[in-house]
Amino acid sequence: MAAAPPAPDAFEGLRDLYQDVILDHGRRPRHAGKPETFDASAKGDNPMCGDRVQVFVRFAPDGTIGETRFDARGCAISVASADLMAETVAGRTPADARALFAAFREMARTGTCPACDAALAEPLERLAPLSGVHEYPSRVKCATLPWHALVAALDGAKEATSE
Amino acid sequence: MNVATRPALLDVARIREDFPILTQKIRGKDLVFLDSAASAQKPRAVIDAMRLAMETQYANVHRGLHWMSERTTEAYEAARDAVALLLNAADRHEIVFVRNSTEAINLVAHSYGRGVMRRGDAVLISGMEHHSNIVPWQLLRDSHGIELRVCPVTDAGELDMERFEALLADGRVRLVAITHMSNVLGTYTPAERIVQLAHARGAKVLFDGSQAVVHRRVDVQALGCDFYAFTGHKLYGPTGIGALWARRELLDEMPPFLGGGEMISSVTYEQSTWAAVPHKFEAGTPAIIEGIGLKAAVDYVLAVGYEAIAAHEQSLTDHALARLSAIEGVRILGRAQDRGGVVSFALDRAHAHDVATLLDRQGIAVRAGHHCAEPLMRRFGLESTARASFAIYTTHEEIDALAEGLEKVREFFA
Ligand SMILES: Cc1ncc(COP(=O)(O)O)c(C=O)c1O
Repeated sequence: MAAAPPAPDAFEGLRDLYQDVILDHGRRPRHAGKPETFDASAKGDNPMCGDRVQVFVRFAPDGTIGETRFDARGCAISVASADLMAETVAGRTPADARALFAAFREMARTGTCPACDAALAEPLERLAPLSGVHEYPSRVKCATLPWHALVAALDGAKEATSE
Repeated sequence: MNVATRPALLDVARIREDFPILTQKIRGKDLVFLDSAASAQKPRAVIDAMRLAMETQYANVHRGLHWMSERTTEAYEAARDAVALLLNAADRHEIVFVRNSTEAINLVAHSYGRGVMRRGDAVLISGMEHHSNIVPWQLLRDSHGIELRVCPVTDAGELDMERFEALLADGRVRLVAITHMSNVLGTYTPAERIVQLAHARGAKVLFDGSQAVVHRRVDVQALGCDFYAFTGHKLYGPTGIGALWARRELLDEMPPFLGGGEMISSVTYEQSTWAAVPHKFEAGTPAIIEGIGLKAAVDYVLAVGYEAIAAHEQSLTDHALARLSAIEGVRILGRAQDRGGVVSFALDRAHAHDVATLLDRQGIAVRAGHHCAEPLMRRFGLESTARASFAIYTTHEEIDALAEGLEKVREFFA
């Protein structure tokens, strides 16, 4: 049976979780693929659902994060999250990236981050489309897994330890 | 679909009235619950039986000499009779209550495996097992020097019977432990043939009936098997209760599983002796209320009748296979000749978790993941699938809702 083309509001209720940014970055990530060279790398694994991500970091001469790339196998949310992470941590010091992760994790778990530093407002706004996952506790990890791998790489570990 | 294939025997609207939860709204929409293979919803009869037991006649079983304990013991032991009837066991003492299928299989691995099997013996499982019928045998292999063999699954999602025979050929397989129905592919395994081939080579047979017993009449005597495990919560009963059926002579021969109260005949510091079966395998205060709930579930299923259930679910499955395979980009796992109401599928453009979440947004509950069968997923080159599974209360309209919901997901990711 051929389905009629969906009405404009047919995706109501789907869009609020899967906003265009997520669909776009989930399907066409800008930072995917293992780079030729990198300074640090770590893997993250979600045994509950089989998602896997490896993050590769190259540092700039001043010690800030130059470029982040990733290799992911997972859902649209985890791929989009990895891609937006790579975008938002570029140019930050490792300490800044950690602070951003702490704020983002809070947002993914609760939907907001009232205590978040005003200095992080801009990157958090960029990450905000992912905050809808807080409604799905089992999927919060999809959004945070790439960050766990990034922090592990910054710590010099090879493998992110699961929460 | 052909209207003539719809069973006249099952009045689904009537059945749905027995399940209070089905009137729930999810996100303002009617609940479309297609995850019964993970755990089924409970009919009023089960809920009431459990509540009534706690309100009117609750005490510990097998130990008090007072009225409450006598009544509770009767009610609990009536559950054993109900399960014996359900499986057509020759003897009610062959029914051992456990927490779930997982515990039943671990009991066999422990008591039969460690107690009766010898180093160098082999256990043969299949490539479509739930982790609960893989890991206990790995533990046995590692602690006891047993070999673990795995019979492969064909592209159609059936047991490769040629390989099965070959794996039995050297006569070292002492136990074949295989699912009676796959929780991922919906495949029924050819149980009688498995028993015939295994027995001819001197191997006992355990069936994991977690899924099968929900959909089809199981007659352990007709199957001719030696062990049969199932779990109550998938059979419309409560969690925390399941059963292992085993031949009396095997249970008599096997050493206990857990030690403690209830399972002894007498205890001194030097030595204890064991209670007769099945109590030898039922250490500690059992799941009394859950046992009473399981009896109500078994009574309910038998009253509806397996013939009607099987016909209804066959019709649902045919309808689902037709609707889902008509959707562009949907890949259905397995196409076994003999299959039941479980359909796993992948959408080419979307990850299974996204599919499940987007269906949930439309009020449709399916499961997504590896379904506790990672090796099987890998066999089909996937990490995860979405899975719709059907029950006595599932309607054809719900399957239509799934198909329409999936079309929408596909458009969404287009
Ligand atoms: C085929 C099969 N075997 C075993 C199990 C385990 O059941 P339980 O978790 O109740 O022990 C399940 C369900 O999860 C199953 O589908």
